[in-house]
Amino acid sequence: MRTPSNSSNPLAIRCEGIGKCYPIGSRERYRTLRDTLADFVRSPLRHLSAPSAELWALRGINLEVRRGEVLGIVGRNGSGKSTLLKILSRITKPTEGRAEIHGRMGTLLEVGTGFHPELTGRENIYLYGAILGMAHAEIARKFDEIVEFSECERMLDTAMKHYSSGMYVRLAFAVAAHLETEILLADEVLAVGDAAFQKKCLGKIGDAASRNRTVLFVSHNLLAVESLCSRAICLHGGQIVLEGPTAAVTSRYLQNWMPKFKEVFHPDPGSAPGNDYLRLRRASIHPQYGDQQERLTVRTPLVMEFEYWKLSPHTVIDLGVEVINEHGVNVFTTGRLGSPPAAAGLLRSTCLIPGDLMNNGSYRVHVTVFLNGNAGVGYFEDLLAFELDDAPGGPRGNYNDFWPGAVRPAMEWKTEHLEPLPAPLAGEYKS
Amino acid sequence: MATTQTAPEMKYTVIDSRSRDGLRMLLAELWQYRELIYFLVWRDVMVRYKQTVLGLMWAVLQPLIIALTLSLFLGRLAHLSSDGLPYPVFAYSAMILWQLFSQALTGASNSMLENERLVTKSYFPRLVIPIAAVLASLLDFAVALVVLVGFLAWFRVAVSWTLLLLPCFVLLTVVIASGVGFLLAALNVRYRDVRYTLAFLVQFWFLATPIAYSSSVVPQRFRFWYGLNPMVGVVEAFRWSLRGAGPAPLVLLAISCAVALLLLLIGLAYFQHAENTFADTI
Repeated sequence: MRTPSNSSNPLAIRCEGIGKCYPIGSRERYRTLRDTLADFVRSPLRHLSAPSAELWALRGINLEVRRGEVLGIVGRNGSGKSTLLKILSRITKPTEGRAEIHGRMGTLLEVGTGFHPELTGRENIYLYGAILGMAHAEIARKFDEIVEFSECERMLDTAMKHYSSGMYVRLAFAVAAHLETEILLADEVLAVGDAAFQKKCLGKIGDAASRNRTVLFVSHNLLAVESLCSRAICLHGGQIVLEGPTAAVTSRYLQNWMPKFKEVFHPDPGSAPGNDYLRLRRASIHPQYGDQQERLTVRTPLVMEFEYWKLSPHTVIDLGVEVINEHGVNVFTTGRLGSPPAAAGLLRSTCLIPGDLMNNGSYRVHVTVFLNGNAGVGYFEDLLAFELDDAPGGPRGNYNDFWPGAVRPAMEWKTEHLEPLPAPLAGEYKS
Repeated sequence: MATTQTAPEMKYTVIDSRSRDGLRMLLAELWQYRELIYFLVWRDVMVRYKQTVLGLMWAVLQPLIIALTLSLFLGRLAHLSSDGLPYPVFAYSAMILWQLFSQALTGASNSMLENERLVTKSYFPRLVIPIAAVLASLLDFAVALVVLVGFLAWFRVAVSWTLLLLPCFVLLTVVIASGVGFLLAALNVRYRDVRYTLAFLVQFWFLATPIAYSSSVVPQRFRFWYGLNPMVGVVEAFRWSLRGAGPAPLVLLAISCAVALLLLLIGLAYFQHAENTFADTI
C-alpha cells in the first residue's frame, strides 16, 4: 500500500463536468445510407431537434489526480469506467465538460492492439510501440529489455500467427510495460496471462508509480486495485459514487454496489431472460438441509438450482457456473458439459457445493449456457450473489483469527507420534 | 478535439467538448505522429506481399497484362489513336498511374474499417490511417515506373526535359486520391454502403478517364465537362511529359488542379467533422 500522495504535488489530470451521451441506437452495428435517407424522407426535420432517447454513459465527472498518484477505478460493468478512460485518452470526445492532461499520456485499453498476425514478433514490437506513441529510437533502445521481459526470444523472427495466446499477451505487455509516459491509463490489462505473468505485470505498474508517474487503473480485480492504488473512485450509473482511500472505497463498494440476491424468479416464460435455446425461470442458492432462510456459512452444504425452459428439442444444453469472490478472483468453475440430451421443456439443474470448501466473503455467480457440450451461446452475468459468513469448527477448529486463502477446504490431516525426544532436546523446554 | 496550449509552467492538453481543431493543429499533430505513419505504411507493404510467390512482381504484372490486352484489341485491331506514343507505352503509362490512383483510393476508403481496433483502442490523429494507406500504394507505383523506363528504351521513345515534371503529376494523382479517399473513409465508418459502391465507382471512373483511348476522341463541346474529372488532366499531362512534344494540356491541367484542391478540402473537412464520433460509430 502506498501512502496517499501529497495534495501539493502538481496536477496531472483535472476533469470538470465530463459527460458522455450516446443517442440510444447509435451503437447499432452500422447504418446503411438507405436508413438515413428513409429517416430523412419520413421526417426531414427530425435530426434538427434533439434525439428522442439518449443514454448518459457518464455525467458530471469532476476529478483531480496529482502527479505520482495511482488512482483505482472500480465499478460494475456498464458503470462508465471504460468510457472515462476513452475520453481521457482522447479516443472519443466528451459530450460536455472539459479536462486537462498535464504530461505525455499512454493508453493501455487492450494489450496487443494493432499486432498483425502476418508480421514477426520483432516487427510487431516496433509496430505496436509506434501505435502506443513510442519513438523508433526509444523502442530500439529498450528492445532487448522488452524481449527479455516477454520470454519470447526464440520466436522473435516467427510470424505472430504461430504464437500461442500466452506468448501473444506476454509480448504485447512487454512492449506496453516499457512505455514511459508520465501518465498511464490502464484498463483490465491484467485479465490476461497466467498468474506468474500477471504478478510480473502488477509489479511493473507498481514500479511506474514509484517513479513518480501517474497511473489510472481500472480493474475488476479488487486485490490488484488494493495493492497498487493509494486512492480509488467507484463509478455507478456514470457518476462517481465513492471516492477516498482505496480500502475504504473497495469495502463500501462491496457492501453497497454489489448485487446480493440468492434467488431470481421469472414466472412468465414470455418475459424470462434468455435466448433462442433457453429461457431462465429460476436460479437460486440455498442450504441443502433445514431452514432455507438461514444465513449461509462456510460450513453450510449449499445447493445451486437452475430452472429453465429448453426450447430446442435436439440439442444438448449445459450450464457452466463461475463463482467469483469479492476480489474478482474466480474461485472455481463448475459444470458437467455434455450430459445426455433431453427433450424440450422445463428443466431443472442442481449442483451441490459441499460445506467446508469455500472461504468466507461475498460471491457472485456468472452462468454460461453451452450448446452441445462446447459452444457458449449465452451468458448471465452476476446472476446470483451471496455471502458466506465465518463459522467456528471445521478446518478452523477453535482458532478465530483471519483465515487467508481463496478457498477453505477441509483437507485430511493426520499427526502421529513417531518416537520420544532425543537426548540433546530432552529437558530443553522450560515452562 | 484537443489543443495543446502553452501555460506559464508547462504544456498541457485540453479536452473540451466544444472546441474544434484547426488545420494547423492537425498538421502539427500529424508531424508528431509521422513515425506511426511510417510504420503503418511499412506494415501495409510488408503484409501485402507476405505469402505471395511473385511478391512485388504483382505491381508490374497487373498493369502490364491490362496494357498488353488493350494494345492488342484497341491498338492493333481497332487502330485507336495514341497521340504519337507507341500504343503499348500509351496504355501502360496511363495504367500504372491509374493503378496508383485506384489503389490509393480503395486503400484509403477501406482503411478505417480495416483498422477498427486501432480506432477504438488507441489514440492518434485519425487521418494517419488513410494517409498511410495512400502512401503504401506508392511502392507499387515505383516498381511499375522502373518497368516504364524499360518500355521507353525498348520503343525508343525520345524523352525530353518534360520528364522532370513527371513527379508533379504523380503528386497531383495522390492529392486527388487522398481527397476522395478521406471523404469515403469517413463515410464508410457510418455507411457500409461505401464498400459496395466503391468497386463500381472505380470502374466507372476508369472508363471516364483517357486510359485506353486518347481524350482527343471526345468532341470539343463536351471537353469542359469531361475535364471536370480531375484524372483527365493528370493522365494527359503524364503522357505529355513522356512524349515531350506537342502542346502541354494546360487548360485540362488547371481544371484538374482546381478540382483536386477542392476535393482535398472537402475530404479533410468532412473527415475532421466525422472523426469525433469514429470510435462510437465504427
